[in-house]
Amino acid sequence: MTKPENEWTWKEIPVGNVVLEPGNTSQYRTGDWKALRPLLNKERCVHCGLCYIFCPDMSYQLDEEGYFIVDLFYCKGCGICAKECPTNAITMVMEE
Amino acid sequence: MGKRVGMEVSIAAAEAVKQCNVDVISAYPITPQTHIVEHLSEIVANGELDAEFFCVESEHSALSVCVGSEAVGARSFTCTSSQGLALMSEITYIASGMRLPIVMAIANRTLSSPLSIWNDHSDVMSIRDCGWIQFFTENGQEVYDHIFIAYRVAEDKEVLLPVIVNLDGFTLSHVIEPIELIEQEKIERFLPPYQPLYRLHPDRPITMGAFALPAIFAETKKAQEVALISSISKILKAWKEFGEMTGRYYQPIETYQAEDAETLMVAMGSIAETASTAVDQMREQGRKVGLIKIRLWRPFPFDAFKKAVLNSKNLVVIDRAVSVGGPGGPVASEVKSAIYGCEKRPSVYNFVAGLSGRDVAPSDFIKMVEKAEIEIEEGNQEGYEIYGVRE
Repeated sequence: MTKPENEWTWKEIPVGNVVLEPGNTSQYRTGDWKALRPLLNKERCVHCGLCYIFCPDMSYQLDEEGYFIVDLFYCKGCGICAKECPTNAITMVMEE
Repeated sequence: MGKRVGMEVSIAAAEAVKQCNVDVISAYPITPQTHIVEHLSEIVANGELDAEFFCVESEHSALSVCVGSEAVGARSFTCTSSQGLALMSEITYIASGMRLPIVMAIANRTLSSPLSIWNDHSDVMSIRDCGWIQFFTENGQEVYDHIFIAYRVAEDKEVLLPVIVNLDGFTLSHVIEPIELIEQEKIERFLPPYQPLYRLHPDRPITMGAFALPAIFAETKKAQEVALISSISKILKAWKEFGEMTGRYYQPIETYQAEDAETLMVAMGSIAETASTAVDQMREQGRKVGLIKIRLWRPFPFDAFKKAVLNSKNLVVIDRAVSVGGPGGPVASEVKSAIYGCEKRPSVYNFVAGLSGRDVAPSDFIKMVEKAEIEIEEGNQEGYEIYGVRE
């Protein structure tokens, strides 16, 4: 998207509200829905990747050190990762 | 001039769809629309038309198929009546929001309950605000002609909106009338092959029917409304070219004996023909009565309507549907809104008549005019009643 949705005028919207640019939901910040965000304690992490597997928004990415790190731009704060983590390395904390 | 043939109006409508060379027909039978799709199924089975004929499991699916087929750029047709329209009402809003130029014929029939198969306008009035261009037709020739006009307008790149052609169930759909058929080569000039602005294609992926957040939804609706209102110039252009081709010229508001009329009846659909007979009878008695026929219901032609009625004293609006608990019939509501801002405006008296196909004879129109003139004279400016109800 060339500009945020709240700047579009009615004259600029493609006919029928067609989305002409494929894959542009990647620009959609679902991260601002959350009330709680996951906090990783790396000392407890066993690199099992269950958070990565279970995350319904595919917000976890493997970093160079072998940790699965959440992308807060997309994370909706559902808490599934914290629930599934076998070593309780992830806790949900209040958004600031 | 084309060949003049006696045929059932539903068959004529189906023949027009064939002449439009549609790609997709989606059908679910419901009285009194069934003959249209039935004849189309024969046309496709006989190999007269190369089209996909979908027999779906409901009207909701019938229109959903058209949404899908129009999204890939296929010219699509469906038709329905009454409960069937109610079931597809969800998709009517989606088709117009997505700007898909589907054409649908509605053989107008009463909405249940009580269950009734006969004609009034309660079905289409239930989706009045669905964002489609909506024509009302008066006779078989107008039905046949408006199938072509509907596709021509719908597919105009500056319009791209779905179109409903309303024809009164049984009164038109099942009646045999002389229809002047138009030569195929003329149709092909009038209606070029459909060139979609956007379509679903794997070579150029796009998304149709996506969701919109509150931050942009109002802008989408404004764009849609402007498109519908602006379509009127394209409708006028299509009618003009159609008139040059066939000699049959159409207007959004048609008038009959209206110029010097003190009292004007306002009607929509096939009862307008009966009303014109009543006008002739009243004119013979020297009474200054005329008739206004609304052909284009959406977008409502406010300017043409005001021009046609503002010199009269009384408007007698004859509705074919009840707005239960509301201000009267839906046409009368529109008429009152249209003239509200005018300094000198006629009084409006509203009858709801012909519910569920009850006959409205010329003598009934005369009674309505007489009653309205007396009531208005006595100061009843907001008159509304269901005509002919036994007390």
